Amino acid sequence: MQPTESTNAFSPEFNQRLKRRYRAEQSFKLMGIGAIFIALAFLVFLLSTILMSGYSAFKQTYIKLDVTLDKEYFPDEDLAKGDFQGIVKASLYSMFPEVSGRRDKRMLNNLVSKGAAFKLMDMVEADPKLIGTSFSIWVPAKDDVDMLMKGNIDMDQPEANRRIKDKQYERIRTLEYGGRLQMRFNKTFFTSGDSREPELAGILSAAKGSFYTLVITLLLSFPMGVAAAIYLEEFAPDNTFTDLIEININNLAAVPSIIFGLLGLAIFINFWGIPRSTPLVGGLVLTLMTLPTIIIAARASLKSVPPSIREAALGVGASKIQTVFHHVLPLALPGMLTGTIIGMAQALGETAPLLMIGMVAFIVDIPGGFTDPAAALPVQIYLWADSPERAFTEKTSAAIIILLGFLILMNAVAVYMRKKFEIKW
Amino acid sequence: MKIKGLIVAGALATATIMSSPAHANRDYISIVGSSTVYPFATVVAEQFGKTTQFKTPKIESTGSGGGLKLFCAGVGVDHPDITNASRAIKKSEQEKCAANGIKDIVEVKIGYDGIVLANSKKADPMQLTRKDIFLALAKDVPMDGKLVPNPYMTWKDVNSALPATKIEVLGPPPTSGTRDAFVELVMEEGVEEVDMSGISDEVKEKFEPGALREDGAYVEAGENDNLIVQKLQANPDALGIFGFSFLDQNADVIQGSIIEGESPTFENIAAGKYPVSRPLFFYVKKAHVGTIPGIAEYLAEFASEKAWGPEGYLADKGMIPMPDAERKQFADDVKNLKPMAMK
Repeated sequence: MQPTESTNAFSPEFNQRLKRRYRAEQSFKLMGIGAIFIALAFLVFLLSTILMSGYSAFKQTYIKLDVTLDKEYFPDEDLAKGDFQGIVKASLYSMFPEVSGRRDKRMLNNLVSKGAAFKLMDMVEADPKLIGTSFSIWVPAKDDVDMLMKGNIDMDQPEANRRIKDKQYERIRTLEYGGRLQMRFNKTFFTSGDSREPELAGILSAAKGSFYTLVITLLLSFPMGVAAAIYLEEFAPDNTFTDLIEININNLAAVPSIIFGLLGLAIFINFWGIPRSTPLVGGLVLTLMTLPTIIIAARASLKSVPPSIREAALGVGASKIQTVFHHVLPLALPGMLTGTIIGMAQALGETAPLLMIGMVAFIVDIPGGFTDPAAALPVQIYLWADSPERAFTEKTSAAIIILLGFLILMNAVAVYMRKKFEIKW
Repeated sequence: MKIKGLIVAGALATATIMSSPAHANRDYISIVGSSTVYPFATVVAEQFGKTTQFKTPKIESTGSGGGLKLFCAGVGVDHPDITNASRAIKKSEQEKCAANGIKDIVEVKIGYDGIVLANSKKADPMQLTRKDIFLALAKDVPMDGKLVPNPYMTWKDVNSALPATKIEVLGPPPTSGTRDAFVELVMEEGVEEVDMSGISDEVKEKFEPGALREDGAYVEAGENDNLIVQKLQANPDALGIFGFSFLDQNADVIQGSIIEGESPTFENIAAGKYPVSRPLFFYVKKAHVGTIPGIAEYLAEFASEKAWGPEGYLADKGMIPMPDAERKQFADDVKNLKPMAMK
């Protein structure tokens, strides 16, 4: 048969069509690359803004004070009742003897954080022998001073509009030239709980709250999820009822997380009487949320174990339960663990369900157990983002960096385990 | 066998955690309520926690209504001891409290909060009246004897003395207490000065002055006031509505509009001259004082001059203190735990 004009490989129409098809492929590729590029650009933009505004929070301005712990500041037996604020003030007045008048003194005292007095109090309580001695210590500066040092206060504005007044500026410069003002590593950020003074605020209480919550979630959701998956995959009969269960598990994985919070409020708090705002109730709610994810992942990895393994085990006389626990489960476990870690990472970043059960709260004391009130890392970010003080902006970004760090770490572990234990059939 | 061991260990650990006493006596104060009072109450709580041997109170930010709902649910360690509110308790809420066995509630007014309309420093400050704001933001306005959907596009359309910039106001959503207060103090006052002649009583009856425009002139910017401040910096034509403490912290980039001839300064709000300010409260369950450790001491800290006085640390955070006489009276009420009367 002779080729017709339109299918003849040498005809101009054929060549045109061929070109058009190549062009279509080319432009599709370009679109794909463009999409990836745009997505990457957004990611880089997001990460760099967070890093840019957050890295400064890891440094903090400190002021060196010469303090004298005269006995007269401790009239009471109880050392905690000593006038530590008075000691700090006296130290400041001795550095700037020219300061007089109520307003002026107030401005001077506002250079040093309230944390200075708390720091002295802790030192004296740890070692009462310090009373009667003189020494120098570095204490945190007030957040406004810190913001000035980090270049976030515009000194060209008229004085009335600035948080740092002209006189304060002069004194800060004096301190700086005298070597009494320094940027140091912000240890407080990692060792203390929330505070309403940005210079004293830390993420430890939130991080510990998140940790306890995740422990509960892991201990409950992993065994339950794996057991449910094994039953559904290996033992359950195939009928309408199990179909229904399967559909519902898939649906549950897509339910907005705040619904689980409402459920937790109604059942765990109002009905069981578990105390509000505790990692215990938070962990229970997050268990509900992660269970479907774990069941689905566990079932998928059980499914990927080839039937020949089961048949061989049954063939040499193993019982059903021996087959599952001696042969199938060990092979499926790496996949299950990966799914669990992904589920945990999801739970770590969740705020909405915690809102309903009272974990969006101001927590200063570091929680010491499962029934102490606690917040969580994402909650801390949310609370700081809503605070009026400007210094909280960088704290918010710093907390985001920490949270992202944990998430990346957890996902990296999951990827590593998958790579290491993955068996290709 | 390893796996079986793991599962058994997991189950045991779970059982241990689950059986730990959930109903232990609470040794910390539990506070809920308004997000407006939250930044002030937390400062007091922190100070209290660091200077006494008591634990730092736990403060949840639930909103005034949500807080009162939790507060009135009952007496006992499962229920909060104190609720913060940016408005007074309603009669219905008091009745609900009473129905749940909460007989004595101590009402404590702590100070005032100003609501400001602010814009970027790059633009000129606005001089507004409540009537101007009403006409600019109401969903329906009276015109030629009937109510019409708000036709004003620029501030000049509203009042010829104002600049010809587009009306664009960023403010809180309806769930916010700040929005409630704004509607009550500005919109419902502003409507009084508008010429309503020619409109039938029937229409007037149904008219809601608190309904704000939905055509883009009023933008609901969420509960996050920091976000509004940032948006104002980016858009000098826009105005934003938020609490005074945010203006106080950002006075180098934004400025408060002058309302009825008064600018929103600390002094003007404290003197009661600035018209848009509201009282802040907290409510204490008297039955819990003595049962939960530290409540009386926490109240004493809050009602001390070094906290809520004109030179106190709450004023530093942007709360407007009460006048001397009022402060003294509430300090006495707090000391004697004087329960409030039924409304």
